[in-house]
Amino acid sequence: MTASADTAIARDLVACHTCGLVSRWPSPPRPVRCPRCGVSLHRRIPRSVSRTWAFLAAAIMLYVPANLFPVMQVTSLGQVRADTILSGAEFLLAHGMWPLALIVFVASILVPIAKILILGYLLLSVQLRSAARPIDRTRLYRFTEFVGRWSMVDVFVVSVLVALVHLGQVAEVEAGLGALFFAAVVVLTMLAARTFDPRLIWDNVDTDVRFAAD
Amino acid sequence: MSSILPHHHDLVACHECDLLQRLPGEQGRGRVRCRRCGCVLHHRGRDLVAAPLALGITALILFIVSNTSPLLEFGLQGQRDSSYLLGGISELYAQGMPLLASVVLFTTVIAPSLHIGLLIYLYLPLLFGWRAPGFVTALRMVQAVLPWSMLEIFLLGVLVAAVKLAEQATILPGPAAWSLGLLVIVLAAAATQVHPHRLWDLVA
Repeated sequence: MTASADTAIARDLVACHTCGLVSRWPSPPRPVRCPRCGVSLHRRIPRSVSRTWAFLAAAIMLYVPANLFPVMQVTSLGQVRADTILSGAEFLLAHGMWPLALIVFVASILVPIAKILILGYLLLSVQLRSAARPIDRTRLYRFTEFVGRWSMVDVFVVSVLVALVHLGQVAEVEAGLGALFFAAVVVLTMLAARTFDPRLIWDNVDTDVRFAAD
Repeated sequence: MSSILPHHHDLVACHECDLLQRLPGEQGRGRVRCRRCGCVLHHRGRDLVAAPLALGITALILFIVSNTSPLLEFGLQGQRDSSYLLGGISELYAQGMPLLASVVLFTTVIAPSLHIGLLIYLYLPLLFGWRAPGFVTALRMVQAVLPWSMLEIFLLGVLVAAVKLAEQATILPGPAAWSLGLLVIVLAAAATQVHPHRLWDLVA
């Protein structure tokens, strides 16, 4: 990686995020719109670092009740069983469904933790102006953006079971608060990944760029 | 109103690392990746209008089937019944979880139907060389709604739920389970066929 790569920002250009057209960035800067599609132009996602931190902090706080409260309560033949995110995966494992147990464990336990840790690391690396391993960090970003949605699977399991078991009079499934908190964690980490601007990683590699990552 | 900015039709800036580059010509097929960070910049040699439109119309038919036919059929101690995709949402609402119900409603019904509807709205007029009114807004909405359309994840949820109940009850997939499986494939194909940046070269 050269110290002065040929980037849009280094050449005072800006790409429209809707139609892709590359335009000249005005000097002195003023609010401008894309000459082709009319969308307002930004060289980087506005206040990307602080907004991503805000979403991430909210996700971390809700992650605790998401795992403590049951996602659902099953009443079957007079017996009541409460399932948390973790015990749901354990149930599948105990019944020999290890491929599904693995998927559920990865999607609902590993992925949310990995996503929170990776986004926190990326934010810190950008704020500390790290120039180390930009390709690997871009890959980490791409991974969190791609994989984050799959954590929603547990919420959908609750939604399907609630509809299905209500039909029989023998068993009843009730959604728990844990499902609501967990859905909020997934939505918040998705929003965090979308407000993070991966170009900030590269701005620290391209040393001639002095762009304030607020 | 600001004056029109000078611009460059022959350049692209990578949306992940900002590197400026020129795209290769339209000869050949396949993905064009960023020279520096490797993210996909461009798909060459694809049919820009007919393929997305065909996928959109196929998806519409499958989406209607998925929402109007039983998802799972359920037998327990002689009772038989079936459940629908929307049934879970209304049951969550009835249990006093309106927020959770709206998350499921948005990710499995509203976002996919916006995706499918906007696809047809954008591409059907293009087939006749027209640009639909509100083209920019519709295009931005497709880009915004795509990550929130989660039918493939919902399908995995259906599978997990069926397995969890399999030892207490007889569970059979209904017509909606099969059409949902096809819909997931069609929507994934449609998502890779929409190239907002190239659409602009067509309508500008």
